[in-house]
Amino acid sequence: MVNLTIDNRPVSVPEGTTIMRAAASVGIMIPHLCYLEGINEIGACKVCVVEMQGKTKLITSCNNPVEEGMVLYTNSPKVRRVRRTNVELILSQHDCTCAMCVRSGNCNLQKIANDLGIIEIPYKKEVPTAPWDHSYPFIKDAGKCIKCMRCVQICDKVQDLHIWDVQNTGSRTTVDVSMNKCIEESDCSNCGQCVTHCPTGALRERNDVPEIFKALADPEKITVVQVAPAVRAAWAEQMDLPEELATEGRMVAALRQVGFDYIFDTNFSADLTIMEEAHEFLERLEEVKASGVPMFTSCCPAWVRFMKSQYPDYRSRLSSAKSPQQMFGAVAKTYFAEKIGVTPDKICCISVMPCIAKKGEAALPEMDVTGYGPDVDIVLTTRELVRLLKAEHIIPKLLGEDTFDSPLGESSGAGVIFGVTGGVMEAALRTAVAVIEGSNPNPETFSDVRGEAGRREVTYHINGVPIRTCTVSGLGNARKLMEDVRNRRVSYDFVEVMACPGGCVGGGGQPIVDGVEMASVRAPKLYDLDKRRTVRFSHENPEIKKLYADYLGKPMSEKAHKLLHV
Amino acid sequence: MSRLKISTPNQAQLTVERLYKDLERHIIASPPGLCPIDLQLSFLKTCHAQTCGKCVPCRVGILQLSHLLEDVLENRADMRTLDLIEETANNITDSADCAIGYEAAHMVLAGLDGFRDDYLYHIEHGKCSYSITQPVPCVALCPAGVDIPGYIALVGEERYADAVRLIRKDNPFPTACALICEHPCEARCRRNMIDSSVNIRGLKKMAVDNARANTVPVPQKAESTGKKIAIVGGGPGGLSAAYYLELMGHHAVVFESKSKLGGMLRYGIPNYRFPRERLEEDIEAILSTGVEVHTSVTVGNEEDTVSFEQLRKDYDAVYIAIGAHTDKKIGIDGEDSEGVISAVEMLRGIGDDNPPDFKDKRVIVVGGGNVAMDCTRSAIRLGAKSVGIAYRRRQEDMTALPEEVEGAIAEGAELYSLKAPHRIEADENGRVAAIWVEPQIIGPIDAWGRAKPVKADVELVRIPCDIVVVAIGQGIESRHFEESGIPIKRGMLDAMSESGVRDVPGVFAGGDCVTGLATVIRAIAAGKVAAANIDEYLGYHHTISCDVEIPQVTYGDKLPCGRINLCEREACERRNDFDAIEYSMTRQEAAQEAGRCLRCDHFGYGNLKGGRAAIW
Repeated sequence: MVNLTIDNRPVSVPEGTTIMRAAASVGIMIPHLCYLEGINEIGACKVCVVEMQGKTKLITSCNNPVEEGMVLYTNSPKVRRVRRTNVELILSQHDCTCAMCVRSGNCNLQKIANDLGIIEIPYKKEVPTAPWDHSYPFIKDAGKCIKCMRCVQICDKVQDLHIWDVQNTGSRTTVDVSMNKCIEESDCSNCGQCVTHCPTGALRERNDVPEIFKALADPEKITVVQVAPAVRAAWAEQMDLPEELATEGRMVAALRQVGFDYIFDTNFSADLTIMEEAHEFLERLEEVKASGVPMFTSCCPAWVRFMKSQYPDYRSRLSSAKSPQQMFGAVAKTYFAEKIGVTPDKICCISVMPCIAKKGEAALPEMDVTGYGPDVDIVLTTRELVRLLKAEHIIPKLLGEDTFDSPLGESSGAGVIFGVTGGVMEAALRTAVAVIEGSNPNPETFSDVRGEAGRREVTYHINGVPIRTCTVSGLGNARKLMEDVRNRRVSYDFVEVMACPGGCVGGGGQPIVDGVEMASVRAPKLYDLDKRRTVRFSHENPEIKKLYADYLGKPMSEKAHKLLHV
Repeated sequence: MSRLKISTPNQAQLTVERLYKDLERHIIASPPGLCPIDLQLSFLKTCHAQTCGKCVPCRVGILQLSHLLEDVLENRADMRTLDLIEETANNITDSADCAIGYEAAHMVLAGLDGFRDDYLYHIEHGKCSYSITQPVPCVALCPAGVDIPGYIALVGEERYADAVRLIRKDNPFPTACALICEHPCEARCRRNMIDSSVNIRGLKKMAVDNARANTVPVPQKAESTGKKIAIVGGGPGGLSAAYYLELMGHHAVVFESKSKLGGMLRYGIPNYRFPRERLEEDIEAILSTGVEVHTSVTVGNEEDTVSFEQLRKDYDAVYIAIGAHTDKKIGIDGEDSEGVISAVEMLRGIGDDNPPDFKDKRVIVVGGGNVAMDCTRSAIRLGAKSVGIAYRRRQEDMTALPEEVEGAIAEGAELYSLKAPHRIEADENGRVAAIWVEPQIIGPIDAWGRAKPVKADVELVRIPCDIVVVAIGQGIESRHFEESGIPIKRGMLDAMSESGVRDVPGVFAGGDCVTGLATVIRAIAAGKVAAANIDEYLGYHHTISCDVEIPQVTYGDKLPCGRINLCEREACERRNDFDAIEYSMTRQEAAQEAGRCLRCDHFGYGNLKGGRAAIW
């Protein structure tokens, strides 16, 4: 143990502990800005400085370890002056139009400036600008970037895609897309992890809320909204709603209040995805076993983009099944449109996703089964949903419970867990076993695929055949997996990959809680919903059964291929 | 009323003088990889501050040039901006009264020419193509990328064996480099910004003097791959490749034409700079990995040689690292006289314990590089009556390290500067009697900023002597490889920067035989690169790493403090023998010097981009 004194208090911590953590251990919370635990400990903003007795130069507390006998002050006159001046310097280059910022009220810079009581700065204001394609799924605003490097680090260390880098040198140093590319030319997966780890409004999703208002205002349009599984675990976080009121039913009620015509559930199409993907896997199993190369899930568009740009030779190993979002869009504009007797162009298909890559997926040219335009017209992130509800002055705690509409609103527990890493695998195995063995297994049989480790491997025996599964989340882990697969260091039959650590619950479109990885907080909520569902198997969802009986025939049928596969 | 007064600088002037020095040191320590246009702009602003303000082109022209450069940097420029920059700079060149103006404009014109592509990139892309790739300046400038801040910290904690282990991750010749590396790492040491660079080589010497390389075990080898690689040449490059290939689990077989290993380290560098027993320490450690060695085997087509084709057949890959061991001739009359000897021949004889007889001879060494100094100082030690150095430029133009030149002079060598060799006079027996030299005056500066000597309008000078040592450069013996299909460029083997030879799969080459005579650390770096790429070529991805934990940083204020230089034996004593001349630091000195390191691996950009490559 190392013994030291912080603000006249004795502190004893293990060797190697940073000053910041040592201070926190005795309740002294040193303010910080660029710091992100384990990811960005670079002492760039110089807000977390402390004074060491006997030394002239201040020390950053986030990345410097304690020394035996050191005497530190976190609020000495010099520390106060330096901390304040550095925040003022950052503000001199920051576009402080907080009233018009999506991160207002949830911005580290705003908070520290407010906390320090800064109401004016003595410096010349020089806000940088840089071009950006505002139609891209997410936006970088150079005027709000404080060069904290978190985006660079998340993309390097966690996602291993290296999309961001330090650009230019000297006084013109900034953060931009690496290798001097623009974002459209880059290999960006659109996972949005840089957005959820940005301390300010410098990175945000493209704002599609105005499109919603246009659709709602158009009397010709029938608005059909679907809500992804992981959204229900996070939407209420910033809606001033106690835990027990943050229910699916209240979320439906809020959407009803907005005025959407039909409120459906992506869980329904998650069940549909399982029907197709599980059957596809069983069809491909023989070839998978023979080639030794697994089939990969395809429901995460960031993972699919990653695969296409980084391992294009493995594209054909992706399941051909579309993602639940796109299956929903295809069914809404065909089966459902026919059911209510309208042409597809009358339907405005809206999705609420925990994801930024979904905005890109919906715009892919192949995602148009009817020829009338995109199957999914507008994609909102969870954060945009929250803004939409706030704009509509909807206060969910004043609302009652409501239920999803039929015929695309019912879902099994298997569909619910799509939103968490391992969920697709678990749901698919539940149905695959039922198909092969002719009877439902205990739905908890496959819970070993759950967990927080970046990569989990479990082998199950179905009818005596070993099925080697692997579940991965985070693109850095995905890259390691792909290198192992390519170099034949591992052999699996079925692999689930989610680009965001923890799966969609930790998605790039989810509400931002700075410095906290929320996936592990949200995942249990989905497992709880699964447990409480009466139907736990995708193939037992009555609306799914009806869809096949009335319209698609059976899984992998020609019609299913046309609508539900790429 | 006094008519005159003595002017004394006031406080402000004195401070400015000090700031000039500070700025000079700041520029010396400029990090590699900065935007040249951004730098150009800041230089221009300094120039503008120097203008007296009288003349329009300088007072206004330089200001407008700065605005135009800003336009380029701020993405407001197009091709017409470039034309205007050129026109304005030309105007200043043509019409400014004094050097403040026209030299400032010259710098801009030089930049327009020298980094025009960067101007164009800015204009076309609105950004800069430059970036800092290796954030730690010493590591960036070490060809082998040795973890310098890491081993300095280890030496500071007296963990000498760990320092040797860490150095070996990137360089299996810690002793050689501790004693004779030209230390490019020190050139841009950020410590220059405070006072002067850290004595990096001195600290490395501290490590190997206290933990001899042959007493520090080499790391665990990877599982054997069964692959065999032939290494042609047992010098620093070949042995470095062999070392890493063995660690990666391959089998390295070295073919050395001379009787002993070491290449230039043995046959080029004299014992007083690098004692043989110290060389053996590195070699012993390298061979402990299992490298197989065949000495006195030449690769060629003659009898008793092994052919290159045979090596290609028998081995999975071949690395050619034959060095540059042939001498270059001056090309003057009398050069074939008895008593004219090449530097290569002289130093090889000494390396094979068969030194030439210089006892009581008058020796003239021709040349101004490090090899010339090695010959000079060796000749003194061989008992020559007098030793002179004939060099056609000035002392400050010599390419030898200044300390080598000063050492030679201190040991009694006479420097004949600005004397170009003209002819060698032989006596009736064909033996050297004198060298005639042509006095020069130093003249115009060439494109590389070096002053060129020009023949002076005076008589030739006769320097009587018995021996002339020619040390004006070395070439390589490439014929056999050329005949075997290896491409040759300007007399050197033509290998790519990845060390592979184009269109000759499985054949790699590096070191002096590719680059021309260079430094030991560059040969080592080439061996490291070759090992990595041979491993890849053979279909493996072995990595080299080191598990030594680096000491954490300390928070002491970095107060200015002088650099500790290594002491040498007194010149009058050391000139009599070939024993090592350089002393180690004391522990007190090493602790202070290690404490001067600014730990750029932790502070600054190193923190963001990672201060070290822990694995390669």
